Amino acid sequence: MTRSSAIGAATRRNEDHRLLTGTALYVDDVHLEGMLHVAFVRSDYAHGLLRDVNLSAALALPGVIAAYAADDLGDYWSPGPLLVPPPPIERCEFRSATQVPLAKDKVRHVGEAIAMIVAESRYIAEDAVALVEVDIEPLPPVATTEGALAEDAARIHDQFDSNQAAHVVQEKGNYETATANAALRVKRRFRMDRGASAPMENRGIVAQWDERCAELTIWDTTQAPIPIRNGLAHMLGLPETHVRVIAPFIGGGFGPKIMMFYPEEVLLPWAAMQLKRPLKWIEDRQESFFATTQEREQIHDAELAVDSDGRILGVRDSFLCDTGAYNPYGLTVPINSQCTLLGPYDVPNYWSEFQLVFTNKPIVTPVRGAGRQHGVFVMERLLDLAAAELGLDRAEIRRRNFLPPDAFPHDHEILYQDFAPLVYDSGNYEPALDKALEMIDYDRFESDLQPAYQANGRTVGLGIVSYVEGTGVGPYEGARVTVQTDGRVCLATGVGTQGQGHFTSFAQLVAEPLGVSAAEVDVITGDTSHFNWGTGTFASRGAVVAGNACYAAALAVRGKVLATAAQALEADESDLEIEGGCVNVRGEPDRTISLGDLAARANPLRGAVTPGTEPGLEATAYFGPERGSTASGVHAIVLEIDRETAQVDILRYVVVHDCGKVINPMIVEGQIHGGVAHGIGNAFYEELVFDEGAQLMNASFMDYLVPTATDVPHIETAHITTPSPLNPLGVKGVGEAGAIPVGALFAQAIENALGADAPEVLEMPHSPNRLFELLQGDPDA
Amino acid sequence: MDEAQRVNVGGSVNGARFEREVEPRLLLSDFLRHDLHLTGTHVGCEHGVCGACTVLVDGEAVRSCLMLAVQAEGCEIITVEGLAGDDLHPIQAAFHEEHGLQCGFCTPGILTSLLPFLRDHPDPDEQEIREAISGNLCRCTGYQNIVSAVKLAAEQMRK
Repeated sequence: MTRSSAIGAATRRNEDHRLLTGTALYVDDVHLEGMLHVAFVRSDYAHGLLRDVNLSAALALPGVIAAYAADDLGDYWSPGPLLVPPPPIERCEFRSATQVPLAKDKVRHVGEAIAMIVAESRYIAEDAVALVEVDIEPLPPVATTEGALAEDAARIHDQFDSNQAAHVVQEKGNYETATANAALRVKRRFRMDRGASAPMENRGIVAQWDERCAELTIWDTTQAPIPIRNGLAHMLGLPETHVRVIAPFIGGGFGPKIMMFYPEEVLLPWAAMQLKRPLKWIEDRQESFFATTQEREQIHDAELAVDSDGRILGVRDSFLCDTGAYNPYGLTVPINSQCTLLGPYDVPNYWSEFQLVFTNKPIVTPVRGAGRQHGVFVMERLLDLAAAELGLDRAEIRRRNFLPPDAFPHDHEILYQDFAPLVYDSGNYEPALDKALEMIDYDRFESDLQPAYQANGRTVGLGIVSYVEGTGVGPYEGARVTVQTDGRVCLATGVGTQGQGHFTSFAQLVAEPLGVSAAEVDVITGDTSHFNWGTGTFASRGAVVAGNACYAAALAVRGKVLATAAQALEADESDLEIEGGCVNVRGEPDRTISLGDLAARANPLRGAVTPGTEPGLEATAYFGPERGSTASGVHAIVLEIDRETAQVDILRYVVVHDCGKVINPMIVEGQIHGGVAHGIGNAFYEELVFDEGAQLMNASFMDYLVPTATDVPHIETAHITTPSPLNPLGVKGVGEAGAIPVGALFAQAIENALGADAPEVLEMPHSPNRLFELLQGDPDA
Repeated sequence: MDEAQRVNVGGSVNGARFEREVEPRLLLSDFLRHDLHLTGTHVGCEHGVCGACTVLVDGEAVRSCLMLAVQAEGCEIITVEGLAGDDLHPIQAAFHEEHGLQCGFCTPGILTSLLPFLRDHPDPDEQEIREAISGNLCRCTGYQNIVSAVKLAAEQMRK
C-alpha cells in the first residue's frame, strides 16, 4: 500500500523490518573474532574505606586473561568530567565530585565498580569475580536525603566540609511583600522517591583496537556517541578521527544511557588497547539497578499564596534534591524541577531555593522527565489544596491562572537548565483543558457518574492536571543529506536513536522537500564515522534540534537539485517541480530527469566545472535554537480503588497534548503512550527501596514493578497545535511529556475517590501498600 | 572448564539441525545468541520476568534464560528469525502497521509469545490479549499499540 510520507503523515516506520525479524544490531549482538568478556567486582557496601583488593585467586583461574583494580590503571585513573557545569545563576554555590573508573581508597555506593575481570567467556569472568578478595572497612552510610545534611552525617567526599553539593536560589518579584495580604496560603511538605529508568536493554560496550591502523572502534549503548568519541579520544591520547563510536539499535534509553562517562565506558576501550583483543561487557539486570544512574528523590517544602478568587500571588519553595554519590550532571534535574513548577500558570512572584546533596546511593542523572515531575507535582497539589479551601472547582482554579494566549513569549525571569532565560515561546492552554474536560466527561462525573459508582459501593475518583515541558534545548545538532546516483537519499545525523522512530520522522523531513518517499531515505544515526558533530538525544530534543537540521539540509539539497536540473533540462528553476523522485518542467511531462541522474551529473568524472562548484547533491546543515520550546498538556484520569486490597484500576485515561507541529502523529502518540506508562510506574508501582544501610532491597524485576499490559489502560489522546516560533518546522519535543504529570494526577484522583475525609496524598510514588496505610489513617507509616 | 565436562546437545532451530558440545550450565538464551549467532532473541533480565528472551520450544513459549541449552536436547526451537518467510508473518506485519514497537528490544519475545496464544485464542478480546502479553515487559509503547497489533494479527490470521 502506498502511503503518504509527507510531514504530518502517520508514515509507517522504516526501521521496523529489521527489528521485527531479529536482524537489527544491538550492542550485545556484536561478535568479533578473539573477543574477550568482562565482568566487574562491585562494592557490597554503601560507604567504606577500601583497604585491599586481592586479584591473585581470580587471575589464577584458567580462562582469566587479566584483572585490574584502581592502582593498575596508572595515570589513566581519573575522575570523569563534569558534564553539565552550573548555569550562570547569581546565587549559586556548586561543588563537583564526579564518578571514578574504579573505586580507590573509598567506596561511595553499593554497586560501585572496584575491579574489572577479563576472561575467555562471561561465565568464567563471573566465576573470577567471586574469587576477588575485597577488604572494605565500613563507614556510616548516608542513606537518606535529609540525613545528608545532618551535623553528624558522615562526609562522602573528604575534600568538602559537608555533603552539600549545591545551594541555589532563583527569585522572581518579591514573594514576601506580594503575598502579605494573601487571602489564603497553603503550605505542605512533598516527597518523591527514587525509580529506575529500566530500559529493556541493559547497558553494554564492545571495544576493538586495531593496532596496525591505530583505530579504536566502540559499540556503545549511548544516547550521545559523538561526545563519547571526543572524550575517549582525549582520555586515550588518540586523534578523534581514529576513534569511532557506534550507537547501533539501542533498546530504550530514557536518560541514563547518556550519562557519559560511565566507568565501563572508560575502562573497556583502554583495556582493549592494553590487551590488543576485542572486549565485551554487557550489564546484567541486577547490575543495572546499581550501576546505571537513577533519579527522583526530592523533598519540597512549598507554599502557595492566592487571593480570594484563587489567583496565584506567588509560590515559595525550598527543596532538597539527592544526587547520589557523585554529581556529574550538575544542576539539570533540580533546575528542571525549579522551572517546571511554574507550569502553564501566571506566577508573578516566585522564591525557589534548593540544596543538592550527596548520599551513599547510586548516581542521579536525568530520567525521562528529569525533575519536571517534581515541579508539576508540587504546583498541582498546591492548587488542589487551595481550590478545596476556597471551595473552587479544581479545573476552574487552573483556568483562572493559565497564561493567556497573548502572554507569549512569556519571561519567567529565572534561568532554565539550558542556561537560557526561562521564556515560554508559545502556548494555548485553555483549549487543552476544555478538550480534556469534555473527553473525560467532567461535568457529568461529579453530578451523575461518581454518585452512581458510590451507590454501587465503588470508590471511583477523577483527576485532571496541567503541565508544561521545556523541550528541544540547544546547543545544536547537524545533518547531512546526499542524493545518491540510484536516486535514493542518504541522511546522516549525529544523534543516537533509542526507539523514537528517527529512521522515519527524520526521513519524512527530508523526503518532502526532495519529492521522494520516506522509504527511499536511508537514515544513519549514531555513528561518528558518518557524522562528526552533535551532542546527543536528551531533553526531548531529537525532533526539534536534529529534525530542523535535517529539514534545513534537505532544503539546501533541494536548491542544488533544482539548479542542476535547470541546467540539464534547459529550463528556468521556477518552472521546475520535484515529484516521485524526478524533476519535471511543469506542464511538460516529457521534460524530466531523475534525482539519480542529476546526482551523477553533479559529480562529473571528466571535463571542467565552474570554479567554486561543490560536487554532488549534498548539503550539511546545523540547527541551534536560541532556547528550548515549551510543550504543554492536560491529563485526566478516572480510577477506581479497591478498598480491601488498595489496588487501583484505571478506568479511563485522557491526554490532550500540544507539541506544536507534528511530524508523525503515529510516532507522537506512541511516545505519549510510553511516557504515560512510565509515569504510571512512577506514580503507583515503581520505587527503589533502600534500607538504612543504603542497600537496595528490590534489585530485580520480580521486586521492582515495571507496569505490565494489565496495569496500563487504553489511553485516549487529542492534540492541540500551537507551533513554536523558535524553529522553522514549528515543532516542540514530546519524548518525556507523557511521564511528567502522572504522579500529580494519581494523587488528585485518589483523594477525589476517597471523598471529603480523604487523607492528603503528598508523596510519589504511591503503591498499594502505601495506599493501604493511608486508608488505615496512618499517614506517617 | 574441563572438556570432559562438556555435554552434547542436538536439536533444531528454525528448521535447521544443530549439534554442539556445551557446558552444562550454559543458558539456552546464551547458546542461541552466542553459539548459534541467532541474536534476534534478546536478554533483558536473566531472571525470567521480562520475557524478551522468549522462544518456542516444541511449539510452546519458553523463557530461554530460564532453560539450559542441554535441556533442549531433541527439541524443535523457533526463534524470531524463524517467523517470516518471504513476507513478514501476519503478527510481524500487524506490529508494523499498528506501530506496536519502538526500540524493538522486547519485540522478539512478544512475537514468539503471541504465536501459541493466537493459535489457542484465534479471536481474543482486549482483556485476553493484555493478560497474554502481561508476562512481557515493554518500556516504550505503553502496550496500547501492541494490543491493537494483536487484534489486527488475529483478524488477518482468521482469514
